[in-house]
Amino acid sequence: MSLSSYVLLVILGSGLVTWLSRVVPFVLLKEFKLPAIVVNFLGFVPICIMSALWMESLFIQHLGQLPSLNVPNILASVPTLISAVISKNLLVIVIVGVISLAVINVLG
Amino acid sequence: MTGDLDARSALRETVPTVFGYIGIAIAFGITARANGLSILEILLMSLITYAGSAEFVIVSLVAMHAGIGSIVLSVFLVNARMILMSMVVAPYLSHESMLKNIWAGSLLTDETFALSMNKLNYTEHQLNFKWLNTANLFAYLVWGGTSAVGGMLGNLISNPEKYGFGFALVAMFIGLLYLQMISDRTIKLTIQLVVVLFVAVFMYVGMKWLPENGLLLIVTLLGCGFGVVLKHVAK
Repeated sequence: MSLSSYVLLVILGSGLVTWLSRVVPFVLLKEFKLPAIVVNFLGFVPICIMSALWMESLFIQHLGQLPSLNVPNILASVPTLISAVISKNLLVIVIVGVISLAVINVLG
Repeated sequence: MTGDLDARSALRETVPTVFGYIGIAIAFGITARANGLSILEILLMSLITYAGSAEFVIVSLVAMHAGIGSIVLSVFLVNARMILMSMVVAPYLSHESMLKNIWAGSLLTDETFALSMNKLNYTEHQLNFKWLNTANLFAYLVWGGTSAVGGMLGNLISNPEKYGFGFALVAMFIGLLYLQMISDRTIKLTIQLVVVLFVAVFMYVGMKWLPENGLLLIVTLLGCGFGVVLKHVAK
């Protein structure tokens, strides 16, 4: 088991900036209330972040050109979405998603 | 998902997340080991940095022997969306003590954030420390533990992505996005659909110019701004 000082500093430095990003809003918003316009703006954060994370997995980046499509992930998204509409159950959705991609990988 | 905010329902509701984490964390452990990190380093990174996708970024930069400052800056940019997520969740915990707020914030992730947003639709817009902390801790311990297991599996499994586990978290976001859209009564469904379409188009086009991690934050901010304008116009 080795631990290099370079890796340790990277872990601590990255950990600190990530922790501050997570915690500072909690500390500030314990004392202050946000104005209505900001609350309205933040109301869109969940759907924007979730759809952006989804899209990130469907495209393969090539800087300077439009991205290519991640076809297996796009195909696997279809049964996943259908299972969401039918079941409305997160565990079912996740299992259908994993099996869909595994099947697509085997067939492809 | 139920309206109960106790530890038991938190555990049950976090199971799909944990299922997704296991696949990704094992893949992370294997990738990190293949890039020369020790199991101890993998465990510490998952427990201290605890940054999901950013940990993959760190491993690739460490493998290139990049400077510490530039790695830390990259991680900050990749994780800057945490600021937005914490701003959304924090007001629901402002009735709890400062220490509890700091603790809950410390362990918040994309996944427990998305879960708690969905939970709000079942609890008349209430959250408490017990529910969020149980979900956070469960996810955190599984992430740390299975990262180390992935490191131990090391070179036994050469390409973990082919088993489809990598898609678990994507499937989770698809599911939570859908559930969020049909249950959030504060924003009209048509407006939500237009915003999601906006995000999809901007993610696609934006990938030509900006690295995807920075792009994700910018498109999220643009999408929120666009949503506010739409909501105002539709009134």
